[in-house]
Amino acid sequence: MNNLVNISSTMLYTAFALYSIATIIFGVSIKDKNKQKKKGKTGTIAISLTIIGLIAQLAYFITRWIASGHAPVGNMFEFMTFLGMSLVLAFIIIYFIYRLNILGLFALPIALIIIAYASMFPTEISPLVPSLQSPWLYIHVTTVSLSQGILGVSFVAGLIYLIRQIDQTKRSKKNVWLELVLFFMIACIGFILSTVTFNILDYKSTFEYPSGNRTLTVEYTLPAIAGPQEGVLITEDAQDAWFEAPGWLQGRNAAKKFNTLIWSFGTGLILYGLIRLILRKRIGAAIQPLLKNIKPDLVDEITYRAVAIGFPVFTLGGLIFASIWAQIAWDRFWGWDPKEVWALVTWFFYAAFLHLRLSRGWHGEKSSWLAVGGFAIIMFNLIVVNLVIAGLHSYA
Amino acid sequence: MKKIKCECGHINPEGTVLCEACGKPIEENQHIDGNDKSKLLNMRYDGSARRSLTYNRSIIDKIWSFFSSVKVGVWLIVITLVASSLGTIFPQEMYIPAEAENRNPAFFYEDWYGLLGKIYYQLGFHELYSSWWYMILISLIGISLVICSIDRVVPLHRALKMQKPKRHETFLNRQRLFSGSKNVSSKEKQQLIENLKKQRYKVRNEDGHILAEKGRFSRWGPYVNHIGLIIILIAALLRMTPLLFLDEYVWVREGQQIVIPGTDGEYYIENKEFILEAYDDNDERFKDAIARMGGNVASNYQTNLIIYKNVDASIPGAEPKLEKVVEDKVFMNNPLKFDGYTLYQSGYQQNEFSTMSFIIHETDDPEEKAIDTFTVDLSEPETEYELDSGFRVVIDKYYPDYVLEDGEPRSETKFPRNPAYVFFIYPPNSKSPEISFIGIGKNIDATGENKYKLGISDFEMHDVSGMTLRRDYTLPLFGLGAFIFMIGVVQGMYWQHRRIWIHPKENEMLLAAHTNKNWYGIKKDIEKIISGTNIEMVVDQQELNELDKKQGG
Repeated sequence: MNNLVNISSTMLYTAFALYSIATIIFGVSIKDKNKQKKKGKTGTIAISLTIIGLIAQLAYFITRWIASGHAPVGNMFEFMTFLGMSLVLAFIIIYFIYRLNILGLFALPIALIIIAYASMFPTEISPLVPSLQSPWLYIHVTTVSLSQGILGVSFVAGLIYLIRQIDQTKRSKKNVWLELVLFFMIACIGFILSTVTFNILDYKSTFEYPSGNRTLTVEYTLPAIAGPQEGVLITEDAQDAWFEAPGWLQGRNAAKKFNTLIWSFGTGLILYGLIRLILRKRIGAAIQPLLKNIKPDLVDEITYRAVAIGFPVFTLGGLIFASIWAQIAWDRFWGWDPKEVWALVTWFFYAAFLHLRLSRGWHGEKSSWLAVGGFAIIMFNLIVVNLVIAGLHSYA
Repeated sequence: MKKIKCECGHINPEGTVLCEACGKPIEENQHIDGNDKSKLLNMRYDGSARRSLTYNRSIIDKIWSFFSSVKVGVWLIVITLVASSLGTIFPQEMYIPAEAENRNPAFFYEDWYGLLGKIYYQLGFHELYSSWWYMILISLIGISLVICSIDRVVPLHRALKMQKPKRHETFLNRQRLFSGSKNVSSKEKQQLIENLKKQRYKVRNEDGHILAEKGRFSRWGPYVNHIGLIIILIAALLRMTPLLFLDEYVWVREGQQIVIPGTDGEYYIENKEFILEAYDDNDERFKDAIARMGGNVASNYQTNLIIYKNVDASIPGAEPKLEKVVEDKVFMNNPLKFDGYTLYQSGYQQNEFSTMSFIIHETDDPEEKAIDTFTVDLSEPETEYELDSGFRVVIDKYYPDYVLEDGEPRSETKFPRNPAYVFFIYPPNSKSPEISFIGIGKNIDATGENKYKLGISDFEMHDVSGMTLRRDYTLPLFGLGAFIFMIGVVQGMYWQHRRIWIHPKENEMLLAAHTNKNWYGIKKDIEKIISGTNIEMVVDQQELNELDKKQGG
């Protein structure tokens, strides 16, 4: 049994490594293309590595399934990892339609960030609570995740379009927004870096704080910047909080989550600052020249195509399968639980995207911004709704 | 009605933008689709007349135009989207957490979230999704769906039915994909037709003018999916009627047999056993995770039960005559279906007291030897107990779920989870009672002068299952709506309507193509079709357009 679990995590590491190498090779293939116009072999090597990586990750998935006795989509780590895998799968599908190497250079790093982010959550195999014990768990979760992967590709294409097209000669609202999007991705890396660092240092500090009539304790794994309301540090030699988290933050461990957020953005800001210092221009402006040979029309088409493919899958997995399962497990197919509402919001958003595109001619830049916005909503639903807004779906 | 005659002889209805027969732009209507400002023709609905853009006189025309506008539709979607997300800022009324001190929404939101919570409550956002304005938003979307669909499906149907292969030259050269090729031999043209057929295009020929078409059915996708959505909205409307939708909740003790509410006394439920199982804390696979979660992770909630039918339910006042319908296990993700009803395992309460036995002994007897005993049945406690020894016990106060709040005794719930009593004990031949307060771990003599004392000698406990009963005749309708929606959305999104026109001229052959989506795909098609011929590859005039714009400014 333990053996299987070990194989499983080795496979995930392998996949991670292969995706990383594939990213670099995709990067090289772009440079190649700039020099000589014919199709290079590097692209083929990169996509092959990606496929082998996907197979490794599938092996992770299957071995973990066997080891735990249920589909490994039952907690935040498992679900986010699966989302990373879906994004890679969706990328491979779209790659074989359009054969665009640049997609890999953007899609794979995002998949890597997602998988690394997933690994920051508890990774042990956990038991399924009664409400999750149903074959609908993997029917529903895998289709939703697949659709989010496909919609993720539309985000990637949208991002490429924006970086390619937005005028970087002078500062404007548009390129500031674009930097903000890029900054969010860097903040995710900031989260991963700070978590990993203090994990290695084995940092822990415990606070006691009053909640109603009871006294609760919370264990911080990052040095406390924002402590719980009226919290008292009880670990010796640990850093006391600089200030208290605002009182309107409610829910279990809200202050700790707020602290993690501060660390992520703080580290993200430092990273971003360093990158800017080295590049001496906006990140968007630095990437732009790499994309000059990309046909914007084609990228725009991919943005749209990915939404066109992903939207029906999302409807099926995120609304229809979800409703069927909710009817079986909770006696109602729709209950306005925050996660359900945000699935509906996502669906409305992409419906608006399609109507604007088809009937009002929102192409190119407008459409790309929408693709970015849609993926932001998906991520919001995955991260904020899971971790912050309590509900039936909350994993942590 | 005003008709417009095209130079090709076809008579078009008022409001037509492109001649239905030959596709030639109709001069005076070019502003409708914005063709006057663009090199390329707007091919939406093939330029046929749409009611909403044609008539704008009466109120009905105005309402029709309003709702048929996609702009309005998108605004409605966006407003609903924002409104929906507002409802997740704080929990909805039904999700107020159980640990809240006061679950009354009038207090809860302010208690937990301060001023923002108070505003949230006062705006009615705690029941946002059943508010009148949210309902109106949804109905407006519904109206927009119906009108939009009718407004477009009629002209589209006309346009697609009437398509003629022979098109005006302007129609071709103002398409996005266009090329003109000189010196095309008839053999090459034959080859072209063969290739088109190989690509599964339907080819029609009219005096050498060719129309090749595939995937036309995908054009109906949007209308099919809108029909699905309308069915879902109708189902939601029907679900509000009690006739089609029933929702009841019943608490049933182990061993108890009671009528199921909402079934008009027709069905009875008997709870044989409630089972709560937890994962083994030492389970090799899960022990790390269980330890992190603090142990005791539930693995199953289950009720073993029997459903009975009262065959005499129609006779008023008759004793129920029960016949067993089904005996089964109900657990999470495994509800029980019987006679159109569905029964779910929804809640449980462990360790309620079913009976409690007491002894009476003398206060100063160190051995606490029982003078007499009595038993209180907590499902229906009697108020008075006459004992053989001559003692009489009266229950003065009974708290099923005792708590002391601000010095006042009170019952938290009506369920016997922590029973406590004030007993009046009348010793034999005595008219004045001794008063005792007794509960779990509490035995208080208020006066300190009692000669007799009570003690709890025994008790029995049971679990209680919370079961939800549902009957929902609207489910099949929801299912049908969802199914039709999926068909429509897949039909519209995964297939495309591709058309290629060929227009022979004296020594030139014009080729133009249009698709409603996936331009990359149709270009690939054309590459294959012209391979082995001398025909020029089409030029993407939109790309050129953008290039011009860039270079120009």
